[in-house]
Amino acid sequence: MSNETILDVKNLSVSFKTPNGEVQAVRDVSFSVGKGETLAIVGESGSGKSVTTKALMGLLPAPKGYIKNGNILYGNEDFAKLSDKQMTKYRGKDFAMIFQDPMTSLNPTMKVGTQVMEGLRMHRGMNKEEAKKEAVRLLELVRIPDAEARMNQYPHQFSGGMRQRVVIAIALACDPKVLIADEPTTALDVTIQAQILDIMKDIQEEFETSIIFITHDLGVVANVADRVAVMYAGKIVEIGSVDELFYNPKHPYTWGLLGSMPTVDQREEELFAIPGTPPDLLHPPKGDAFAPRNRYALKIDYEEQPPMFQVSDTHYAATWLLHENSPDVQPPASVQQRIDEMNGKWEAGK
Amino acid sequence: MARYIATRIVYMAITLFIIASVTFFLMKLMPGTPLSSADRLSESQQQIVLEQYGLDKPVPLQYVDYMLGLVQGNLGISFQFDNREVTEILGNRIGPSLQLGIQALFIGSILGALLGLVAAIFHNGILDFGSTLLAVIGTSIPSFIFAGLLQYFLGVQWQLFPVATWGTFAHTIMPTIALLIFPMAICARFMRTEMLEVLNKDYITTARAKGVGWTAVIFKHGLRNALIPLITILGPLAVSLLTGTLVIEQIFAVPGIGEQFVTAVTTNDYPMIMGTTLFFSFLFVLIILIIDILYGIIDPRIRLDGGK
Repeated sequence: MSNETILDVKNLSVSFKTPNGEVQAVRDVSFSVGKGETLAIVGESGSGKSVTTKALMGLLPAPKGYIKNGNILYGNEDFAKLSDKQMTKYRGKDFAMIFQDPMTSLNPTMKVGTQVMEGLRMHRGMNKEEAKKEAVRLLELVRIPDAEARMNQYPHQFSGGMRQRVVIAIALACDPKVLIADEPTTALDVTIQAQILDIMKDIQEEFETSIIFITHDLGVVANVADRVAVMYAGKIVEIGSVDELFYNPKHPYTWGLLGSMPTVDQREEELFAIPGTPPDLLHPPKGDAFAPRNRYALKIDYEEQPPMFQVSDTHYAATWLLHENSPDVQPPASVQQRIDEMNGKWEAGK
Repeated sequence: MARYIATRIVYMAITLFIIASVTFFLMKLMPGTPLSSADRLSESQQQIVLEQYGLDKPVPLQYVDYMLGLVQGNLGISFQFDNREVTEILGNRIGPSLQLGIQALFIGSILGALLGLVAAIFHNGILDFGSTLLAVIGTSIPSFIFAGLLQYFLGVQWQLFPVATWGTFAHTIMPTIALLIFPMAICARFMRTEMLEVLNKDYITTARAKGVGWTAVIFKHGLRNALIPLITILGPLAVSLLTGTLVIEQIFAVPGIGEQFVTAVTTNDYPMIMGTTLFFSFLFVLIILIIDILYGIIDPRIRLDGGK
């Protein structure tokens, strides 16, 4: 991993027009992705992680969804300012995407080979023969056996895991600089998950692709990510390296996430859950959106949004608990114990 | 594929056999006899006529006779027209009806699909509104109203086409237009809904993420998927057109099969009733077969061969 930043997202806000008013799905989100780096974005459903990636790809459902504010800087371009037509140049070429549900993300009436070749012919100007050869190579790269024969088959003749490989092959077709994976393993069973993750890792090593990995599975995060951003109610509440997030979490929401992660040698009968529900983004709260669900909430949490406090060079968290005047609060014992356990396993694993 | 079609033809034969049987007995349950209005004939004369046509036999025996004839392709002799074969009468009458039906279905469904496509592409725009309005008018106003309007304006006022009767291609234009409005409206509404639904599918997003432009997405990825449900309604539409030509045939004085059918029913012309019903049934099962084959061509998930 080098330090070269490839994508810089600054103060991105995305809203949706609904009959009831404006839903602020993403609120003032900033992050950057380095070359060859994997950034995981975690958060519960509705936290804005998928919307963020859709905005990056310029695939927000127009005209309902729109970028309200902010910049998406890639090279000399600001994607937030480009039209749909201008974006087609980058989509699939510089930025590619892998989707959550392989059962629905391939066109059922088009041959798999044709779907892989489409991008090649469009962005790399290949003729039919060249594209065919390259498509077979791509399908082999994602370890689809008998790739040449599979080219002429339709998606319904593939299993879920095989389809996801096809989706990955499509995404890789033009050697994208940034690969956005929106919960690529959620719909797959565990053994297939591991295979898909392996393929993605190998590809990253080989091509130095930057990956933005959306997931709510912290196990997957530990497995693939270099850095992690935790999103809640449309905001990034904590961002840092995997080690920092897992072993030195600062935001009470991150504590909650770690605490609610099931482990194999769990002693407690009941799995911890964060109480309450996320706020309605039609009327986002004035203060910290997590405050009502946070048992460590301070009075100021209800009144003012916490800024990003710096913990280390790479680690930031948006919680007033990090303010110098706030009381000293440590993660709850159960979470601390969990952290220590993971730490031990990690050390043992090394 | 060949095996599939062969199996389907066997099923078609069975279906037709059942339809023929049910129709035969239903027809016998209708009040009156072919001689109901023949009061001038004496009883012995009536007896002779009944014997001549085999109507004096018990119904089950008549049924067996009819079915035996049917297997040999013999639809019997019409009661209304002396000694004219039903097949011959039908043959003379089918032409105009088929021509009108096919023209209307073909042009109507294609125009409708285009209209629906435009509506979907310019969703919530003026063109969408216009096409929806047209579709509502087309489905809610019966075809004979259009027929009358067409005759008045295109035929009488502007003298563009002949007002009625049959002969040249120009004669077919107005009845075809009157007939195609309904299928066009139905197809437009179907196409619009389907296309809008398809454009929300995940694979459309995949295609967009590949960098495919919006127009190419619609035609390369959307259209084929949106067409599948449209094919389903073509069958019933085709049948409704073939039978529905009746009113239009009357208005434009077209010597078609629809008019013949009604006369046959009112005069208890048994062989004519049977012949026409069987002919329509045959058309219907044939259309269903064609549609199933079309399905297999458009949607690879439907495998006509069965198995892998």
